[in-house]
Amino acid sequence: MSISPPSQKIWWREPIEKAEIVWVALALVWCLIMFAMMPLWHLKGSQNMSNEAYRISPEAFQEKVEAMVSKYKVGTTGKADTPVVHPPPGSDVYLMARLWDWYPVLELEKDKSYRVHISSLDWQHGFSLQPANINLQVHPGIDMVVTLTPTTTGEFGIVCNEFCGIGHHSMLGKLRVVGK
Amino acid sequence: MAAAAEFRTCPLTGLKLHRGAEALIKANAVTAIVVLAVGGLFGLLVALTRWPAVKLLPADMFYLALTAHGIDILIVWCIFFEVALMYFASSTLLGSRLATPKLGWVGYGLMVLGAAVTNWKVLEGNSSVMMTSYVPMQADPLFYLGLILFAVGALIACFIFLGTLVIAKEEKTYQGSIPLVTFGALVACIIAVYTIASGAIILIPTFLWSIGLISHIDPLMYKIIWWGMGHSSQQINVAAHIAVWYAIAAIVFGAKPLSEKVSRTAFLLYVFFLQIASAHHLLVEPGLSSSYKIFNTSYGMYLAVLGSMIHGLTVPGCIEAAQRAKGFNNGLFEWLRKAPWGNPVFSGMFLSLVLFGFLGGISGVTMGVEQINIMIHNTIYVPGHFHGTVAVGTTLAFMAITYFLVPVLFGRELIMPGLAKIQPYLFGLGMGGASLFMMGAGTLGVSRRHWDLAFSDAPHAFEYPAAAYLLLGLNGISAIIATIGGIAFVVVIVGSVLFGKPVVAPKVAPPAAPAITQHGNAAAMSVPGTFTLAMIFLVCFVLYYFVNWKYLASTWGMS
Repeated sequence: MSISPPSQKIWWREPIEKAEIVWVALALVWCLIMFAMMPLWHLKGSQNMSNEAYRISPEAFQEKVEAMVSKYKVGTTGKADTPVVHPPPGSDVYLMARLWDWYPVLELEKDKSYRVHISSLDWQHGFSLQPANINLQVHPGIDMVVTLTPTTTGEFGIVCNEFCGIGHHSMLGKLRVVGK
Repeated sequence: MAAAAEFRTCPLTGLKLHRGAEALIKANAVTAIVVLAVGGLFGLLVALTRWPAVKLLPADMFYLALTAHGIDILIVWCIFFEVALMYFASSTLLGSRLATPKLGWVGYGLMVLGAAVTNWKVLEGNSSVMMTSYVPMQADPLFYLGLILFAVGALIACFIFLGTLVIAKEEKTYQGSIPLVTFGALVACIIAVYTIASGAIILIPTFLWSIGLISHIDPLMYKIIWWGMGHSSQQINVAAHIAVWYAIAAIVFGAKPLSEKVSRTAFLLYVFFLQIASAHHLLVEPGLSSSYKIFNTSYGMYLAVLGSMIHGLTVPGCIEAAQRAKGFNNGLFEWLRKAPWGNPVFSGMFLSLVLFGFLGGISGVTMGVEQINIMIHNTIYVPGHFHGTVAVGTTLAFMAITYFLVPVLFGRELIMPGLAKIQPYLFGLGMGGASLFMMGAGTLGVSRRHWDLAFSDAPHAFEYPAAAYLLLGLNGISAIIATIGGIAFVVVIVGSVLFGKPVVAPKVAPPAAPAITQHGNAAAMSVPGTFTLAMIFLVCFVLYYFVNWKYLASTWGMS
């Protein structure tokens, strides 16, 4: 029994049950297929983490955000009059997380790519773009670069999905994608 | 030499119990169940708050309850019970005295003290930092200190377990190799030592930071090391509850492993690979390379998943073999139909096995794919997954073996057998539902750890799909069913310990099934029913896995 020592002392010489041999072989093949899928998607798929990131101080990051806002601001929106920016396609755009808002509102063009820089000024936050359902972790002191190519138009919510204190559930940003 | 009075023989099972070990097993198991009751009720409060139509708690109390629920269930409940299991699997199964019972009480005292201090700080309201306590968010210094004390206590228990193995070998209390269940407990112990070391490496500096002796803890470094504890502690649970599955198969059916070699190799794969996977929580983190993420998240090359898939066949397989040897030989599934479904020891274990595989296992591997995690990270899919592992897997298995342990340790019969009979189904159905509905809501993008589904105080407006509201409502109802199951468990167990009739002589002949002494026949398939079930599992797994890739392919381009 499993709760007593093996009945045969030399248990490693026992023959193996056929069902076990077949199952181990099948499971191993499946494991290797799954292992191959991740590198394969890096080569063939279009949804991958770039893992491009730089150390940056919160102050330096904030300066870059403000520079972009003053250059490309096209209006404001929401209860807090958050600036809306429309940066040129292909450019570096910046999104800042802080207790408890996302700043500014980015307006992107469909099917154009942008190098989106995301960082936090204080604690960790979670970038959760809905309903596109893209979720990224945002750290203070790290400038994370993701090249995003929106494929759908409309208004998107940026939910903070990393707990960041008592105002966490009111931390909601916007992102717009317009057709061209 | 140990005096004979140090031991007694259980009249029900014939197990030889060392009194020093017995007292410690009782203390740790009872404490575990008290913590389960408290932590479980916090869980109910969380679920009822996330149910949009109920929204029970205000925001600050919600985050407090969620922190307490996570710490009490994921860490304190599981580890207290695992300490009891380690002592049982070493001292009791090997018929040996326990190494240094006095030190065992020191460890127990430290664990109680640590858990109490951390809970006190959380309940005070200034440490609602979630179980993960990610820096730079800061908790009260005593919050970290409590966790450290708890870990030191647990580490002492691990070394007592290892010491007991040495004593049993030295004093020749058994012949040959240690039993498979003890081997599983040893694997859990090895993972526990690694887990506790990771916890110490990160929590001690974090404690020093919280009292101002260290100026800065890097948030990314914190997460990498913290998850060496956070994720691995759940792998202690996996190893421990699989050992419990094998134990129950032996206790109820007299089952012998199909082959010792295969089952032990599967456990060995856990030692090598299961504990490395802290990257499951870091897949969408900036600043880590994809090669690290892929190697780590796949446990090497999914070799720990291979281990689990093997246990998924061999545990029901050894039950099938034992049942067939008793004559339940008709068709593919007579052995399963005629299993004792009214015995909570068996029904809890088998539900745990099935639900852990289908809910926790498949979802865990799928969401742990580097790219698929982009759709899953920090959504409520994540707690959906781990209620499929820790709640219906570990907790249900531990509940099942408790029904066996009460008569053995306390010499009491179970009270309210009718309630005990339906309890595993109530808890399994409730938590299984909660797991599924949370995963469903997570697929719609709903955030975890979030008080307000409607974003009423936010500067902008955003609405989740209406189905998300429905799913969180169903999750609340499931949590209520599971809570009824949880209360039934506590009532039956505590009631039996206090008021149960003393066990006099075996009511039923002790699992009169030293049944099978040998199987293993490479030529013929002797467990066709189990193999069929395993193939159904594999088909579900493959389909679900690729459906998720398809979903991923439909979202925005990212590179």
